[in-house]
Amino acid sequence: MEVQSAVKDKVEQDKAMALKEETAKTAANTAAKTVKMSGKDVCVYYGEKQALFDVNLDILENSVTSLIGPSGCGKSTFLRCLNRMNDVIDICRVTGEITLEGDDIYDPSLDVVELRARVGMVFQKPNPFPKSIYDNVAYGPRIHGITADRTELDELVESSLQKAGLWNEVKDRVAESGTGLSGGQQQRLCIARAIATKPDVILMDEPCSALDPIATATIEELIDELRANYTIVIVTHSMQQAARVSQRTAFFHLGKIIEEGETTQIFTNPQDEKTQDYITGRFG
Amino acid sequence: MSTEHIVTSYEDELASLDNKIAQMGGLTEHLIADAFDALSKRDAELAVKVISDDDKIDQFELDIEEQAIAMIARRQPMALDLRQIMVAIKITSDLERIGDLGKNMAKRVLSIHSERHPAQLMHGMRSMQELALGQLKDVLDSYAERNTNKALAVWRGDEEIDAIYNSLFRELLTYMMEDPRNIGLCTHLLFCAKNLERIGDHTTNIAENVHYLVLGNPIQEERPKGDKTSQMLVNHDDQD
Repeated sequence: MEVQSAVKDKVEQDKAMALKEETAKTAANTAAKTVKMSGKDVCVYYGEKQALFDVNLDILENSVTSLIGPSGCGKSTFLRCLNRMNDVIDICRVTGEITLEGDDIYDPSLDVVELRARVGMVFQKPNPFPKSIYDNVAYGPRIHGITADRTELDELVESSLQKAGLWNEVKDRVAESGTGLSGGQQQRLCIARAIATKPDVILMDEPCSALDPIATATIEELIDELRANYTIVIVTHSMQQAARVSQRTAFFHLGKIIEEGETTQIFTNPQDEKTQDYITGRFG
Repeated sequence: MSTEHIVTSYEDELASLDNKIAQMGGLTEHLIADAFDALSKRDAELAVKVISDDDKIDQFELDIEEQAIAMIARRQPMALDLRQIMVAIKITSDLERIGDLGKNMAKRVLSIHSERHPAQLMHGMRSMQELALGQLKDVLDSYAERNTNKALAVWRGDEEIDAIYNSLFRELLTYMMEDPRNIGLCTHLLFCAKNLERIGDHTTNIAENVHYLVLGNPIQEERPKGDKTSQMLVNHDDQD
């Protein structure tokens, strides 16, 4: 009988330990995640037509947030609000509040150029400037006056290309034109160009949709590495890609966020039927 | 499950997976019923049939597993579909084990075939078998209907099987102590009882999987554990 009660005690002890560890882990996870950007009651109108309805979303620091949803659901519209790319569309009007580290990015006194240096963007089709690889990356630092002299600029170009995983492939030909690179390389060049202005946040609008699977995998690997130093928001039509690269996922439908949460939860156990129908391919 | 997939062939594959599990479940139910019939009637012929029937169940397991893996590779299932496919793999593995346990009972029929046959011994065994088979049937229904309440009822009901097992264990020990000639038979019956108890456990696993399939989370309660035979001792003083 003594042996039995000893066994029981040990089991209880182990249980208590496991519970303690679990609680500590959860606490550590929540503590590590601070809100980098936040949208509150964001509405967007294109003329008379409303494209976004009261969108609320927190973008967590050093994590990848993916925005998914069918075409025309407003995910790209929301992404473009995050660095005020919608400003260039005359009929576009944004209401609500979007903050970067607590500061309103639609504050009239805010310098938009400065904002776009802090919140960089990578587009669907690789769009390098018709300039040398070097000049593509050096462009941002030059106009923002980030570097003091040529040596510093050289270093920044090299480190940006390195972070974008492109340095080893182009180090002997940085003077050659950026448009001569392959599609995947061009996209990594665009990422290097975005990184060069030392942003806090990188927005990516379907960055892999024009790339083959290998180039896509390289970009996805890069996104995972960049997460350590940057906050990333990615719009993607590939559910598998959202599941692979992101930590958090928001599902948009008809201009509203239907569901937002941890990526694993969204793809294994979504709470909303619309989310489930979309990610399992039950409606288009 | 309200709406259908845009891709019809995907929908068909998921339906065929369910269909195969229903067939495999039906076969397994039959096998357990036959195995017990063979045991209670000492029917060697039926026992041999049970042993060969188990191959069909094994074949179903391979078939369902193969289909599930192919679907994961080709469809990259998500959410409910992913859960259905994962749960299909787990349920078939439990059903296959249940089949094995039935087959094992049938093999024992062949060994005790010529031994004495005390009718009262089979009484407790029968009620245990009826319970276990009822639970298996209910859990398969709960899967087909995606009915979590039914699954939970099965899950909670396993304690009852364990309770009968505990009393059978005592009963069989008593017979063995009464007359050493009973030992051979009773040992085999004890293993059969243990098999039925294990069938109950696999059924409970299936109930847990049905719950996960429908709701996406595991059953929160602590699993009832009623098998206390590991702590039972024969007290020789009682015999004097």
